[in-house]
Amino acid sequence: MSGFPTLLYKEVLRFWKVSTQTIGAPVLTAALFLFIFGHALEGRVRVFGSVPYTAFLVPGLVMMALLQNAFANSSSSLIQSKITGNIIFVLLPPLSYAEFFAAYVLAAVVRGMVVGAAVMLITLPFVDMEFRHPHWILVFAFCGSAVLGALGMMAGIWAEKIDQVASFQNFLIMPLTFLSGVFYSIHSLPAFWQGLSHFNPFFYMIDGFRYGFFGASDVDPLRSLAVVAAFLSVVSALTLALLRRGYKLRH
Amino acid sequence: MPAAIEIRDVHKRFGELQALSGIDLEIPEGEFFGLLGPNGAGKTTLISVLAGLVRADRGTARVMGHDVRADYRGARRALGVVPQELVFDPFFTVRETLHIQSGYFGLRDNRAWIDEVMHNLDLASKADVNMRALSGGMKRRVLVAQALVHKPPVIVLDEPTAGVDVELRQALWRFIRRLNQDGHTIVLTTHYLEEAENLCARIAMLKQGRVVALDSTANLVKRVHHLLLRLRLAGALPEELRVLEHGGTDGTHVLRLRSYEDVESALSSVRRAGSRIEEMELVQPDLEDAFVDVMRRS
Repeated sequence: MSGFPTLLYKEVLRFWKVSTQTIGAPVLTAALFLFIFGHALEGRVRVFGSVPYTAFLVPGLVMMALLQNAFANSSSSLIQSKITGNIIFVLLPPLSYAEFFAAYVLAAVVRGMVVGAAVMLITLPFVDMEFRHPHWILVFAFCGSAVLGALGMMAGIWAEKIDQVASFQNFLIMPLTFLSGVFYSIHSLPAFWQGLSHFNPFFYMIDGFRYGFFGASDVDPLRSLAVVAAFLSVVSALTLALLRRGYKLRH
Repeated sequence: MPAAIEIRDVHKRFGELQALSGIDLEIPEGEFFGLLGPNGAGKTTLISVLAGLVRADRGTARVMGHDVRADYRGARRALGVVPQELVFDPFFTVRETLHIQSGYFGLRDNRAWIDEVMHNLDLASKADVNMRALSGGMKRRVLVAQALVHKPPVIVLDEPTAGVDVELRQALWRFIRRLNQDGHTIVLTTHYLEEAENLCARIAMLKQGRVVALDSTANLVKRVHHLLLRLRLAGALPEELRVLEHGGTDGTHVLRLRSYEDVESALSSVRRAGSRIEEMELVQPDLEDAFVDVMRRS
């Protein structure tokens, strides 16, 4: 039998054991964003014609929390294991590089989905939400967290210190998420910035995800899915290539 | 029958450092084998090549006939490694750690063997304690247990007794000896040469990435062509014996002699000089002398 289910179980158990930090903290942060921005902007901004700002904001916040936590899961697990040396426990067994990849990415998906669902749940009593196309919600949640799980693996494999992972998160993941339309519709932007947003793959994740709720989006959801799937394929292929070479793991 | 371990012409370079320069080794099944050498000799690199943690630049390595690259699953299933560094996963208890490690090898229902390993390593009372709360010695026991969860036919222990108390050391060796008697092949690296002499049937000595001696432990010790005469004298050591002096402390002189005949002439010299022997001991060479000899000559 394969060691893959155990590696996946171990990765899930790892974040579950410190759920205050890995689930509770991001849920609180998302809730604060919602209450503060919702309070400041509700009634002043309407999106897609009739959607109130807080309702528009919720899917963005859910997706942001989901993406950031998927990234945090795989990157922190790998860098911690490398620094403490216990990465050896997963390098000695007969696990293939593909099993290794699948376990870390799926654990990141689980963490991303759990955090996303928790953020969604605590906002429900305060915001009147629609769920027009649940399958689009799930598809974009899965693909988005898988992309960030794989990016987290790349960061965790490449980095030698925790602050290098933090740099990856602060200078790449955070700006791309914030500039992807979490807090606004890109149609409210000047033409130049609107054009530039189309080069941000995170924009398509959030826009397609939002379509699942309102049945309206800046871009056709099929086009968003194609971009996200292509991005996922490229990031996965790169991560698998690193693992296959044993880059910074097997010397 | 394939050898438990077969290493052919293995080379490995890390930047400027040539860590392994053409290692050839064959360890038959069931042997208790010692891998000795000073720090930086390449012992851990060689073990890492076997374990798939380091990829050789040239040459091949097989465990129970499985190539460590081409058939890595077979090779890793056949190998249990106790790493030198005291590493642990702080998220889990001892039992969780062992169940997880077992699962990585595809073993789902392994409770009975895990309980037996914990019992033999005196870990049963700590089964549900978090790894962080264990002492260094206990963490070392868990590392040994982790290497054994999948009952590997070949067990490699990289300095398993460094910084470990006498009680654990004895318990560990009792258990490892029993595994060896049951047919497991054991490869041991240690800086405690007395331990290696007592346990290992055959020994390879490494220096700067090369095998500089490979023989049975008894033959290696036999190769030492000197013996040591320890004397405590009431009076001075005669001048002609000073050239043979090989250490010693206050009032004690250790003389390095080539044969038993030299003992007689040394004692005559002492008598002639009018010194009186207060204490005398003839020390047989041991593995440590063999090791020092080999390292000096190579």
